[in-house]
Amino acid sequence: MKRRTLLATGAGAAMAAALGLPARAQAKTKVGFIYVGPINDGGWTQHHHENALMMAEHFGDAVEFVYQESVPEGPDAERAITQMCLGGANIVFTTSFGFMDPTINVAAKFPDVKFEHATGYKTADNVSVYSAKFHEGRAVQGFLAGKMTKSNKVGYIASVPIPEVILGINASYIHAKKVNPDVEFKIIWIFEWLNPAKEADAAKALIEQGCDVVLQHTDSTAPHQAAKDAGNVYTFGQAADMAEFGPMPRISSIIDNWAPYYIDRVQAVMDGTWASKNTWDGIGQGMVGIGEISDAVPADIKAEAEALRDSIASGAYNPFTGPLNKQDGSAWLADGEVADDGVLAGLSFYVEGIEGDIPS
Amino acid sequence: MDINPILLLAALMVASTPILLAAIGELVTERAGVLNLGVEGMMIMGAVAGYIVGHSTGSPLAGFAGAAAAGIGLSLVFAILTQVLLTNQTATGLGLTLFGMGLASLMGQGFEPALPVTVSKIAIPGLSSIPVLGPILFQHDAIVYLSILLVLAVYLVLGYSRAGLILRAVGENHDAAHALGYPVRLVRLLAIMFGGACAGLGGAYISLVRVPQWIDGITAGAGWIALAIVVFASWKPWRLIGGAYLFGGMTVLQLNIQGDGGKIFGVTVPVEYLSMTPFVATIVVLVVMSAGRAPGSLGKSFHASN
Repeated sequence: MKRRTLLATGAGAAMAAALGLPARAQAKTKVGFIYVGPINDGGWTQHHHENALMMAEHFGDAVEFVYQESVPEGPDAERAITQMCLGGANIVFTTSFGFMDPTINVAAKFPDVKFEHATGYKTADNVSVYSAKFHEGRAVQGFLAGKMTKSNKVGYIASVPIPEVILGINASYIHAKKVNPDVEFKIIWIFEWLNPAKEADAAKALIEQGCDVVLQHTDSTAPHQAAKDAGNVYTFGQAADMAEFGPMPRISSIIDNWAPYYIDRVQAVMDGTWASKNTWDGIGQGMVGIGEISDAVPADIKAEAEALRDSIASGAYNPFTGPLNKQDGSAWLADGEVADDGVLAGLSFYVEGIEGDIPS
Repeated sequence: MDINPILLLAALMVASTPILLAAIGELVTERAGVLNLGVEGMMIMGAVAGYIVGHSTGSPLAGFAGAAAAGIGLSLVFAILTQVLLTNQTATGLGLTLFGMGLASLMGQGFEPALPVTVSKIAIPGLSSIPVLGPILFQHDAIVYLSILLVLAVYLVLGYSRAGLILRAVGENHDAAHALGYPVRLVRLLAIMFGGACAGLGGAYISLVRVPQWIDGITAGAGWIALAIVVFASWKPWRLIGGAYLFGGMTVLQLNIQGDGGKIFGVTVPVEYLSMTPFVATIVVLVVMSAGRAPGSLGKSFHASN
């Protein structure tokens, strides 16, 4: 008798859950975020989180915002994403390149959940990809680096050898070289997005080798600290403004502005209009911001940098405009020719003048 | 070539110090027969505690003292679990690392540094003006000197003192040591605490000198490297210092070679090989040199009734 009561209660509960869940899901959209680093890394992940919070604030009670930080890229990511889907998420944002395959795999198992993968290139019916044209910002940084360096040696702390990072190196080198023909780039790969001790060591090694401008494509503020200790070295904020290191050593920054995109996509889920798409926006659309150029930069150089920024924003100028040769000297873009986005998105070579090999 | 060998060798000592500190502590712990795999957790606790105490008081000394205390505190958790409650040392140590990383992350949330901390370099009078050697060896901060003195002290105490003999006896055969009337658990407790203090200092060196900032996960595996170096150094202090400096040196050297266009004597070496050199070189050199064996009672629980 007792068992039967229990069964009946169980069935009742299951029924209630089955009836109740869709009603609740309609009332509240559950939005999940998977982060590669901790939410206080001062850079990439923190900035994603802050933008996600802006999204959550925008919708107020209409969304339930959940996140998981410090998820390692690889198989464990698949578990974390699955967990989030089982928890009832309607849309999941995975915010690192290495989450690409895990996202695709999990998406196949949850056709009703929408996925948004940052900086990747694989899409599916329920997987969109989005990224920002960071290289447009890198062009402005490269210009400033070329103008500001006195030793003509510019250091570059590179993270993981993917097209996004290679584009950044090329864009900054092209624009540094344009204003300073003697400039030389020293590139150090650390094979991680976030490793403060290694980033600090790399920055110190570059500074000891005579670099007086250090660019970074890694997530922490450790290189800024090393530059500050060294005294006369310039750096740029990465992903977040990193304004706490201004006006010296940080003289400008690239700010990733994700909030409008997040609001747009979550709204689409609510309206039922969400469709898979591939977004790659730059300065013009507001996804890439150039942080305040500090007073350490002379006014005329600042004005020129801002003019460069504005010409990229308006679409009048593309940072990858010929004539440009590949590293081995073979021709890539003819005079006045502009690289198309498809080629850029898969770029895997340095332009002429950069020394060293790209790790594969 | 833009690499300055003097600056490189000086940077090597800074990069190696956290690993050296954590490793010498673990060496003493293991020589007492206790395998504490929680080095990474104790290091990161030291890193966050050193950062918080240092930046609240403005004193580097207080910061490092706080870091050592935090390391000891976490090591006591391990000591109570393994020495009193006789839990499995491997599992407890792994748990300690996870616990330490979580706790450090929690402690670091929202902490705003109040006062700047400057760990000043101490130029040793006379010695620091020797050409070449002076800038490499004798113009560092106090912790670098302390780490070397600690290794020397451990070498002397383990090899040439009664206390060291007792500690080794406890590590080699705890039943025999117990039969001779030595307090096995007390010796091990002290060794574990020493290991905790050293790991804490190593962690604080990262967050107060090497980076110097607090960021979640800042130790990034240094504790595991320290553990590995203890084994590859076959539990001998003088090999340990070689292993730690070799690892730190290769780390700094490979970054410098990358910055210099990836060329070694004019030959371009792929970046992938460069970035694995610290691990490969350290393992190869220490394996070739190694002739030692683990302490006899390493990792085994002890109870007087057995």
